[in-house]
Amino acid sequence: MEGTILRTEDFSAYYNNNQVLKNITFSTPKNLVTALMGPSGCGKTTLIRCVNRMHELIPDAKVSGKMYLMDKDIYSMEPIVLRRKIGMVFQKPNPFPTMNIYNNVIAGYKLNGIKMPRDNSDAIVEQSLKSAGLWNEVKDFLYRKGTFLSGGQQQRLCIARALAMKPEILLLDEPTSALDPKSTAHIEELIVELKKTQTMLLVTHNIAQAARISDYTAFLYLGELIEFGPTEKMFTVPKDRRTEEYLTGKFG
Amino acid sequence: MERQVQFRLIKNGVFKILVVLLAVICLIPLLLILYYITKNGIAVINWDFFTQLPRPIGESGGGIFNSIIGTIILIILSSIISVPFGIATGIYLSENKEGKLPNTARLCVVVLQGTPSIVLGIIAYIWVVVPFKSFSALSGGIALSIMMLPVIIKTTEETLKLIPYNLKEASLALGVPYYRTILKVILPAGINGILTGFLLSVARITGETAPLLFTAFGNQFMNFNFLKPIDSLPYRIFFYAMSPYPEWHAFAWGASFILVIIVLGFNLIARGISAKWKVQF
Repeated sequence: MEGTILRTEDFSAYYNNNQVLKNITFSTPKNLVTALMGPSGCGKTTLIRCVNRMHELIPDAKVSGKMYLMDKDIYSMEPIVLRRKIGMVFQKPNPFPTMNIYNNVIAGYKLNGIKMPRDNSDAIVEQSLKSAGLWNEVKDFLYRKGTFLSGGQQQRLCIARALAMKPEILLLDEPTSALDPKSTAHIEELIVELKKTQTMLLVTHNIAQAARISDYTAFLYLGELIEFGPTEKMFTVPKDRRTEEYLTGKFG
Repeated sequence: MERQVQFRLIKNGVFKILVVLLAVICLIPLLLILYYITKNGIAVINWDFFTQLPRPIGESGGGIFNSIIGTIILIILSSIISVPFGIATGIYLSENKEGKLPNTARLCVVVLQGTPSIVLGIIAYIWVVVPFKSFSALSGGIALSIMMLPVIIKTTEETLKLIPYNLKEASLALGVPYYRTILKVILPAGINGILTGFLLSVARITGETAPLLFTAFGNQFMNFNFLKPIDSLPYRIFFYAMSPYPEWHAFAWGASFILVIIVLGFNLIARGISAKWKVQF
């Protein structure tokens, strides 16, 4: 493995003393896509939310164990500092409805009160939209509201918004589950393209999607990390019986 | 079988007619009020009525300029007091759906909404008029601001509750602190509802007389000092209507007409804003 961006050690999470993640240890290699896969309720969304500490929005959520971003302990950082280094894309596209496309892309700077010269922000907007594969579609109406775009375009706008902050890692929480097949294919191509420069952690309940676009896969079941390894290997010769059963559709 | 269906169809028809009839009867008082106010009020309205001060007893003519200005000052004063408190409470309640303090606060809002306005006037009298030893615009503004609070709090809370949770997540995930998320993402998304609630609360207090009797008191002259009594449209109507002079009765109709137009205006603007500034998610 080349450099590691994110690493967890014996990581557990609890809601109301109910353990939902059990001693998870895994890592995400630089500039590759790592997929978190498993049936619903297995804890994959909880795990990804623990990475940028979004689980703290839920009262009575607790964690134990260690999690490191670039060898820095995530749980000893300020959440607002940490979250600026980690991009996140959600299940449902959620562009800011009061902002135009331009301001949506640089929302991370605007909302945080980071001032910069116009040329700089223009460059960031253009570059982020290009990386998200949206530039050609929206360059002529950057000052229109982002909510007029189609669902797939909105999701790419959200990806551009996350990329604008130049994150160390991009978290994708089932980014295509609310989209039609065509938009899904578009986003998947985009993820493969982004891999050249961006580390990504992808949550998906779609086995085929994990197989198509991820390099490493972690299979979670009932809060346990059953298997973690290169995607190709796991899909051809799974080590664990439960992984095999899940991949062949016996449950989940 | 055939007869039964026939009977039901007749019942259905009777029910429909009844509903329409009762609805129309309901509208009659409102239309009558508007008719009488317009008919009696429009006769005295001219340029002088808007620009002149009331004349002393025995002199004819004059206007209600001071009452219009007084009402505007009272609206501004009470808005300055109630808007920050109201919106802050609304935000707090929408962010904290359960818990002891939020539930108590919600109960207080309901009770406050049901409190008779004259009681609020007496409260403001005890709080402000007695210590300052004078009736004042300020005390009137405070009494009215307490009346505005429940409407602003409720509409702010209900509006913010409807804003999708994932917007808040989107902002927080960008590393935006909580207070900036509320101020820059959540509030702008709900601005139409909050503004509508504010305007409805203004419409509600504009016509209030009872809380002003012990507080703003009324003033025959123009006054811009917050610590001195001030006139207002509803008070002027009350004063003129209670007088024995036919000319003043006519003035009361004229002032009523203006008051109704203003309140109607606030309501229409509120409707316009809620339709036009709707944020699409």
